[in-house]
Amino acid sequence: MTATTSTSADRTPAALPVPLWNRHLAVLAAATVLLVPLPLVLPDAYQAVAVRVLVFALLSIGWNIMSGFGGMFSFGHAAYFGLGAYTEVWLLVELGVPPWIGMGVGMVVAAAFAVLVGFLALRYRLKGAYFALATFAFAEMLRLWAISSDVVNRAQGYHVPLRPEPSWWYLQFEPGAPEYFWIALGLTAFAVVVTVLFLRTRTGQFAVAARDDEDAAAALGVPVMRVKLTTMAVSAAIASVAGAFYVQYYLFVDPDLAFGSAVSIQAILPAVIGGVATLWGPVLGAVVLGPLSDVTATLLRNPPAPLEFLHGRGGLDVVLYGVLLILILRLLPKGIYGTVREWWERR
Amino acid sequence: MNPAVGSPAGAEQAVPASVAQAVDGDEGAVAGARSTRQRLLWLRFGVVVAAVALAVVMALIRSGSGVVVTQSIVTGLLIGGVYGLAAMGLTLVFGVLDIINFAHGSFLAFALFVTYWLVSVGGVHPYLALVVVVPVMFGLGVLVQRGVLAKAMSEPLENQLLITLGLAMIVENGLLLLFGPDPRAVALPGDHGVPVLGAVADLSRILAAAGALVLAGLLFLLLQRTKLGTAIRAVATNSTGAQLVGIDTRRIHLLTFGIGTACAGAAGTLVAPLVTIEPTTGAMFNIVAFVVVVLGGMGNVVGALLGGLVIGLTEQVGALLLPGHSPLLAVFIVFVLVLFLRPQGLFGRSA
Repeated sequence: MTATTSTSADRTPAALPVPLWNRHLAVLAAATVLLVPLPLVLPDAYQAVAVRVLVFALLSIGWNIMSGFGGMFSFGHAAYFGLGAYTEVWLLVELGVPPWIGMGVGMVVAAAFAVLVGFLALRYRLKGAYFALATFAFAEMLRLWAISSDVVNRAQGYHVPLRPEPSWWYLQFEPGAPEYFWIALGLTAFAVVVTVLFLRTRTGQFAVAARDDEDAAAALGVPVMRVKLTTMAVSAAIASVAGAFYVQYYLFVDPDLAFGSAVSIQAILPAVIGGVATLWGPVLGAVVLGPLSDVTATLLRNPPAPLEFLHGRGGLDVVLYGVLLILILRLLPKGIYGTVREWWERR
Repeated sequence: MNPAVGSPAGAEQAVPASVAQAVDGDEGAVAGARSTRQRLLWLRFGVVVAAVALAVVMALIRSGSGVVVTQSIVTGLLIGGVYGLAAMGLTLVFGVLDIINFAHGSFLAFALFVTYWLVSVGGVHPYLALVVVVPVMFGLGVLVQRGVLAKAMSEPLENQLLITLGLAMIVENGLLLLFGPDPRAVALPGDHGVPVLGAVADLSRILAAAGALVLAGLLFLLLQRTKLGTAIRAVATNSTGAQLVGIDTRRIHLLTFGIGTACAGAAGTLVAPLVTIEPTTGAMFNIVAFVVVVLGGMGNVVGALLGGLVIGLTEQVGALLLPGHSPLLAVFIVFVLVLFLRPQGLFGRSA
């Protein structure tokens, strides 16, 4: 997105995609530690919101690596989220493999699929809209395949088998247990660390260079194809972790929940609202978006008099997502975090 | 928006040569180059026909019943006409404004609900609803373009894409909010099965396809034979150039988006008696319309109509070839193949 390209042009050429990385990691460590006691003080209902915020953030951090820092606009991150979810739950239900191992396998599967999609898309030089449509098409094909395939239980999807007692190894606790929040927090923090570390590697910096000017980067000897495929693989692996955790937390998944285009949109929204190609943008965006659906659900359960006819209806949250998305793009094209950072630097 | 490439039947004689050349300026103005392109076009056309024929033969072998296959072909072609009309709006907007309109399907859903409302509350005949729906959708399109998209015209593609995505979310879920998720239906009075070439098709299906073809023809005439149409094609070919010769590109953008939305609206009203009316119906049409647009060549209006027919056939015949799978799977397989092997579409695209 230009929003990011122009900021990178403003910086000195030698600057890292995320400058002051050690300070960011210190902030992350402090924030994580501060958030650990949160589920112990929050009521159960709010804790569910907090976990959803973290899943949102995790998915969007993944999207941001490929589409924000890598500049390859993905409209099909549901593919990687869904592959993570389905690999994990399939291994668990069919073979009894513990979720953590399933999560790891899911990362590999999602990364491999991303490399396949990426290779085809880059090999045939798909750009811009065509690239976005191709990613979308692959996610939809996975959804349609899952709906009618006996191997993955068709449209019924999977329920996670309940265990008699809580277990870290099988990632299952009492409903509303604080462990869910801690695990989600740990995974999200880890994803932020991975983002920082990735952007500090040669590959990460090459990826940003290739985003800003592919021809120049290639002329300077950047192996563009390899760099882009690696970026996509890292991005997909993070998104797949969000999928695997999602299944364990909600104990259920079906083709629409895993591969539906709504998931791809949920991967995009937090990053765009928080700030594309910024480290904290997806996290901030998730914090803004996550609670919205609960606010609207509460509102519509007891609507004020003039809105009485909307009692019990759904959809208001997504309408608000849409309004927020358009407002942000029109008024703060760099996102909340991007705008604040710019203001801070110019001060 | 590439008339020279878009009409294999040779209708492009009416187009000034300069326009045709401007569209593919890099290929030069040599007449020889043009006839080579003509031949290539016919070749591609032949390949498409051959592929369809092959699919039909395979479907025949697989199902073992001529009636079933004929039925699929008739149904596919009829629904394909409507897909074509919906996709023409999308491809027009892409050709002129360079915007991938993710809200196109939700506009179609909006038209479905307006039709439903007119029929159930106003007691209007379903097709008479066109008289209301088309102007309303045109106005909605103009408003949307003026309100949110016009300012984003100079921004990167992703921003425009995200804005239309936001619009789609607002419209689709606004409908969900107002009408609820219950499926609804519009009945065409006097609808009955009509025998067509040994198959049976509902009258509503035949009328929808006929209506779509008539409207597509009108749109084609508007683009080819009117001053406005010439201006629209000029903006599609070269926006800066059009501005230099005194065309108000902003106005053309407004009108084009309005026309594109009106196409979605017309398609919505025409299919109202055929589909279950729910807020998510539009999303399905959106996907199909995208496939059709890429297949026909982004920005190629005639290509969109032909692409619609091909996709209608793919969906129906593909369902015979891949039994037990969603008919959309075959559509996506064709989509991905075209995207990779011929991203400019089967019938070429605008520059």
